[in-house]
Amino acid sequence: MRSSGQIDQGGAEGVPTGSPAAADPVADPREADFQALIDADQRIEPRDWMPDGYRKTLIRQIAQHAHSEIIGMQPEGNWITRAPSLRRKAILMAKVQDEAGHGLYLYCAAETLGVDRAELIDLLHQGRQKYSSIFNYPTLTWADVGAIGWLVDGAAITNQIPLCRCSFGPYARAMVRVCKEESFHQRQGFESLYTLSHGSPEQHEMAQDAVNRWWWPSIEMLGPPDTDSTHSAQSTAWGIKRFSNDALRQRFVDMVAPQAVVLGLTPPDPELRWNEQRGHYDFGEPDFEELRRVVGGDGPCNRQRAAHHLKAHEDGAWVREASAAYAAKHAATTAAA
Amino acid sequence: MSEETPAPLWEVFIRSKRGLSHNHVGSLHAPDAEMALRNARDVYTRRMEGVSIWVVPSAVITASSPDEKDSFFDPAADKPYRHPTFYSIPKEVQQL
Ligand SMILES: [Fe+2]
Ligand SMILES: [Fe+2]
Repeated sequence: MRSSGQIDQGGAEGVPTGSPAAADPVADPREADFQALIDADQRIEPRDWMPDGYRKTLIRQIAQHAHSEIIGMQPEGNWITRAPSLRRKAILMAKVQDEAGHGLYLYCAAETLGVDRAELIDLLHQGRQKYSSIFNYPTLTWADVGAIGWLVDGAAITNQIPLCRCSFGPYARAMVRVCKEESFHQRQGFESLYTLSHGSPEQHEMAQDAVNRWWWPSIEMLGPPDTDSTHSAQSTAWGIKRFSNDALRQRFVDMVAPQAVVLGLTPPDPELRWNEQRGHYDFGEPDFEELRRVVGGDGPCNRQRAAHHLKAHEDGAWVREASAAYAAKHAATTAAA
Repeated sequence: MSEETPAPLWEVFIRSKRGLSHNHVGSLHAPDAEMALRNARDVYTRRMEGVSIWVVPSAVITASSPDEKDSFFDPAADKPYRHPTFYSIPKEVQQL
């Protein structure tokens, strides 16, 4: 990743050239103005001065988020050709296209901070930037598509709604678009799972099996517990993070637990029950060791996901080359005329 | 793979319906204007969000500098008489 001192291009919303390298950001007098804007719940825009750490944190977080949207197309894309009806196929294609769109909104937001999308994709290919752990699980049956929409998109929405008020303008605006589109994702998943659950005994069993496998990874998707979440305090002070991982996790469980009852499916958590005093659902301890393992590269599909992305990128190189050549030729003809 | 020169960046503006002006919605990469328009349609109008799209090469946009934002906009700051609320009007006048 480029340091901010080397930024040379950022587009209209991008960083002005010669942005300070900020050797000691704390000493910078502009930091007080910057923090005052955040404390007044104002937005930071790309050409504003910002501490180096703020820029780096956002680039890392937005890139990781963008990669997640793009890699997240794979598990569901796996079922497009085998969707059980034309209706389901059209819905699934629309959803997967939306995820591509989400990735692009987010790369666009990251680029306003002075990095190139191509650079971020290189970092993904080198394994130096991550994506959400959840997409390293396989989609074994058609019911997994429903479970992903209901649980994975549900967890994503829980995480993304507060980001609509993130202090960095382009990220917040991208999140507003994303959240508008996500509600269809969750509803189509719920509907699909509901249909299966109320179908034949085999279909019901398939839906239950999908929930058994996706329940815990979705809960873990909201991140490590607050006790060992490393960047939280600073991200909160910077208005990037508004709620802790554990608070979001509770919110997610409170949302999906009663929905499971309507679905007629049983979450694989014997400790899940309504707690009258707390006004929340109690739930068991997620396997954070597994989360660490999957984030660290050892999930069931990590290598497959990375290899597929790299292959698609390389297989598409001729299209990018051809369109660049066409544009160059066309520009020459126009200039000559 | 990184030897490829990335396609240029374009800013995308969308008129959401007739009667409204184009609004900035984001940016995207495309080799030329034609492709930028097509990509903008796919990325930003999957749900009929627009009836017209502009794409502008990001590189040609000139923007005011945030560093001088106070001095740049200063001339307007001390002219409250440009607003109707600056003027007191007798109560008898109902509408003015
Ligand atoms: Fe998404
Ligand atoms: Fe989604």
